[in-house]
Amino acid sequence: MPRKSPEVNAGSMADIAFLLLIFFLVTTTIETDSGINRKLPPMEDQIDPPIIKEKNIFTVVVNKYSQILVEEDLTDIKDLRGLAMDFLDNGGGIGEEACDYCQGERSPRSSDNPEKAIISLKNDRETPYKAYIAVQNELVAAYNELRNREFMKLYPSEGLTYFEADFIYNDPRTTGDQKEDLREKLSVVKKLYPQKLSEAEPSKVN
Amino acid sequence: MAKFNKKKSGELPAISTASLPDIVFMLLFFFMVATVMRDNTLMVQNTLPAADQIQKLDKKDRVIYIYAGKPSSRYIDTYGSEARIQLNDKFGTIDEVGAFVLAERAAKREELQNVLTTALKVDSDTKMGIISDIKQELRKVNALKINYTTRIGDYTQNFN
Repeated sequence: MPRKSPEVNAGSMADIAFLLLIFFLVTTTIETDSGINRKLPPMEDQIDPPIIKEKNIFTVVVNKYSQILVEEDLTDIKDLRGLAMDFLDNGGGIGEEACDYCQGERSPRSSDNPEKAIISLKNDRETPYKAYIAVQNELVAAYNELRNREFMKLYPSEGLTYFEADFIYNDPRTTGDQKEDLREKLSVVKKLYPQKLSEAEPSKVN
Repeated sequence: MAKFNKKKSGELPAISTASLPDIVFMLLFFFMVATVMRDNTLMVQNTLPAADQIQKLDKKDRVIYIYAGKPSSRYIDTYGSEARIQLNDKFGTIDEVGAFVLAERAAKREELQNVLTTALKVDSDTKMGIISDIKQELRKVNALKINYTTRIGDYTQNFN
């Protein structure tokens, strides 16, 4: 008769597992891996800056007290998105510069079309980063909302907003046909509202 | 009737803890899978600002990280409380940013060298001056794709 081997006591299993668990709990830092993507302008030799009409520029200044000046008027950040959208979507151009998909007021004193419209963002050296990010966020949001509108109008079958589609496109897990398909659709909408956000070099504090 | 009397001894039956290890192991595996080991220890304070119009960052091997912020409390005696840049494991100056990015780029695989993004992980209380300087340096070395890494949240959180 073979002798029964004694059973191993598993009572301390829980202790060992807890030990490991606590180790991982302490060392875990869930890394943030998302943010606002931006493209810096390349360093170029001074070429003659193109002449841009004053009405096609939307100036936003964030000063060192985190105040926001839109076209030199003090503005609350809550209104910034709306103002930027009104400006981009104005479509005041006539003839060749007309914008048939714009739904703005078509005021002759605001931008001609989204292609021409430029948002100029300026900040002080003393501006807090968080205020700057908030403004960047709102300006990007203005573009995104307009793009959402056009994306849903052009591709209702997708059942996505531009923002969601872009998120899926940029997800490293998306591959193959879906990515190709989205790339095309996204670029069409991007062309309707190109992101023209110019960042001036910060003004020196006197 | 003695059978019933016996049960009235008042003692509750012990709760079986046999499934405890299973539960703990389940948690353990979750954390093991979710953990991303940090490459470099942070030497600066790093509370990221909040934003909601965000895009996902590319795969980790296509990103160069630059941290900035006030030195954390451990280093405040040595390095002061002025905002600093952290490159890999040590504090760097503005002039070193360009060389750092070039070195990091050269260390990546060749097919990735053109698609790199520079992620700026900057503390929300930092002044823009240092960030503008970093951006200028990045332009000089032609590292134009940047990402302001943020937390997911409403922008109003940045104003209190």
